Amino acid sequence: MPRASLTPYLQVAPLALIMVLFVAVPLAVLVTLSFWLSDGISLTPAFSFDNYKLVLSSAITWKLLFATLKFAAITWFFTLLIGFTCSYFLVFHVRNLKLQIALFLLCTIPFWTSNVIRMISWVPFLGKEGLFNQMLQSLGMIDQPLEFLLFSDFAVILTYVHLFTLFMMVPIFNSMAKINPSVIEAAVDAGASHFMVLKDIIIPLTRTGIALGSIFVVTLVMGDFFVIRVMSGGQSANIASAMKNNIDQLYYPDAAAMAVFLIIAVLLPIVAILRIVDVRAELAR
Amino acid sequence: MKTNRKRVNGVSRRSFLKGAAAAGGAALGGGAVTGFPTVWAQNLKDVTILQVGPAYSVFQDIANQAAKDLGFKIEIQNAWTDALMTRVINQPETVDIADLEFWAMQKVWPSGKLQNIDTKKIASWDKIEPIFREGKYSNGNAVSSQGTLPFEVLYVDSPDAKGFAGKRTEMATCSPTIYNADTLGIRPDLIGRKIENWSELLNPEFKGKASILNVPQIGIMDAAMAIESRGDIKYGDKGNMTKEEIDKTIEILMAAKKDGQFRAFWSTFDESVNFMTAGEVVIQSMWSPAVTAVRTRGVACSYQPLKEGYRGWGVGMALASHLDGLKRDAAYEYLNWYLSGWQGAFIAKQGYYNMVQDTTKAALSKEEWDYWYEGKPASVEIKDPFGNLMEKPGAVRDGGSYAERTGNFACWNTVMDEDKYLVQRWNEFVAS
Repeated sequence: MPRASLTPYLQVAPLALIMVLFVAVPLAVLVTLSFWLSDGISLTPAFSFDNYKLVLSSAITWKLLFATLKFAAITWFFTLLIGFTCSYFLVFHVRNLKLQIALFLLCTIPFWTSNVIRMISWVPFLGKEGLFNQMLQSLGMIDQPLEFLLFSDFAVILTYVHLFTLFMMVPIFNSMAKINPSVIEAAVDAGASHFMVLKDIIIPLTRTGIALGSIFVVTLVMGDFFVIRVMSGGQSANIASAMKNNIDQLYYPDAAAMAVFLIIAVLLPIVAILRIVDVRAELAR
Repeated sequence: MKTNRKRVNGVSRRSFLKGAAAAGGAALGGGAVTGFPTVWAQNLKDVTILQVGPAYSVFQDIANQAAKDLGFKIEIQNAWTDALMTRVINQPETVDIADLEFWAMQKVWPSGKLQNIDTKKIASWDKIEPIFREGKYSNGNAVSSQGTLPFEVLYVDSPDAKGFAGKRTEMATCSPTIYNADTLGIRPDLIGRKIENWSELLNPEFKGKASILNVPQIGIMDAAMAIESRGDIKYGDKGNMTKEEIDKTIEILMAAKKDGQFRAFWSTFDESVNFMTAGEVVIQSMWSPAVTAVRTRGVACSYQPLKEGYRGWGVGMALASHLDGLKRDAAYEYLNWYLSGWQGAFIAKQGYYNMVQDTTKAALSKEEWDYWYEGKPASVEIKDPFGNLMEKPGAVRDGGSYAERTGNFACWNTVMDEDKYLVQRWNEFVAS
């Protein structure tokens, strides 16, 4: 009997070990570090709230938090819109399974190259002397190149949407594909309009996918420091990029305190999402 | 120790090195002077020196050539100054020789993780550029001490001193290697008029076409040069601003950013090259090799000399405290080799200067010397360090001759006392 009761523990052991080694330990180090002191070159072990005081009392942190949330919200909205629409088209309008799979794979083609390449490729396209501006100019639609296209918040959000839409689309597609078509047929037979079907059947039944996709997108955007730096030309910042700045200047404890702050800030929307949708129960369905 | 002294006394380092360059094996033979030829020779081959430093200073090509000339192995690793500083302080055993910028020395030396250099063992010490060796121009005039004047952190009074001597002694914190004078890079073809002052960086004429680098300590100095030139603030010491001066500077920068003065801020070398090449930016802070890179792409770009002067910087090779015995001897060989010509010629072709001019002159061709140091029009094709074509005959180096470029340092790369405050305010500026 004791052997039998040991089995489940052994079964979870590998994952538990990985989680402890790669999540719990680094997190503990991070939290510890956030209480230490630094003079910009060496670290002094301490238990001081100075770093948190500095982070929480400075107006810049809150401004950066607002910027981080703004980017997350706007990106979330557009990825959801595009991801949902594409999934909807693939699941309900493409009847042929092979074609459906082919089209789905087509969506993943950009992922054959790295994130960095996909991001950087916007630069020559959107630049002052870039393809898009040249095209508009040669069509006579503008006299001066549009500068807001590159090194701006517009460019940052465009890139986020480009990079992360698939993370929204895949879970939604997955949930949608599980919807039993006869449910929809029954609703239509009972006189439901297209809009009612969408609102009362499809959206509720795909909410797990929407929730999962939202978690992906929100965490990716809130944790990014690279896209925002390159695509805004270093002119916009979020919490992660300010953290990166601190790390570059060797102020590790300040960065650690900011990281703890960011973790809390990221957890809040995720908790909210999980409260609305019980992902575990839905996945087990 | 005994062998060290004997070797140094017994051999003229420069003539020895010249011989060494001719044949790697000869370097081993050079040890014969010490009286321990075989032991010295056999062991030396097994020595490996690990040199760590930034990519603009530590090159595989240089290490390869030195290994060939000296007969022992030299491994290199690239690390930016900030990463290198932490490494020397926290894991000194992972570095043998650190290529540190002088301002970094300010932070690193007091940690006690470096050993001093015996200047008597550096054969060409007295030929090192006087700006660094003496803190004076060769004509005897004092050099601006705004920021970290290298001379101030070059010497110490005793091996375990925490502070710097500020005067010449025989114990140095590092062996100076390369330096340069930084200024603004411009696109003369897109600007179409003369640029003579730092204030042009903030000139509304270049609205949306200017950029500065996103490294707080250096970015603020470039900004300060521009602001002072425009006449807004007269700094007590641009290289060590008070909190009020930082506040005022950041305010002016924020206002400029709000008005759309800056097209972007760059953080990496290639960003600065791409901004210029693509015409996104026509005036910005820049590094000399970046200007070289823009030009090798066939785009007009000049490293514009400005009336207020240059922002200077320099690098020295520092020895980690764990080096001793044969390995230290080998390290000294390498330090001496660095000042013996080959490295000087290599680095000159990316626009930098080696600390010792004579040997560099001997290693460059007459035409190259005239172009890089004399500021004369190129009489042959000018190649970069890797042999790529850079300039056609007739081109002239920006800023002219060596004397013109290095005769006017306005300030030096540095870390300020209010560094932490500066980084915080800079973050604010970037996010504004």
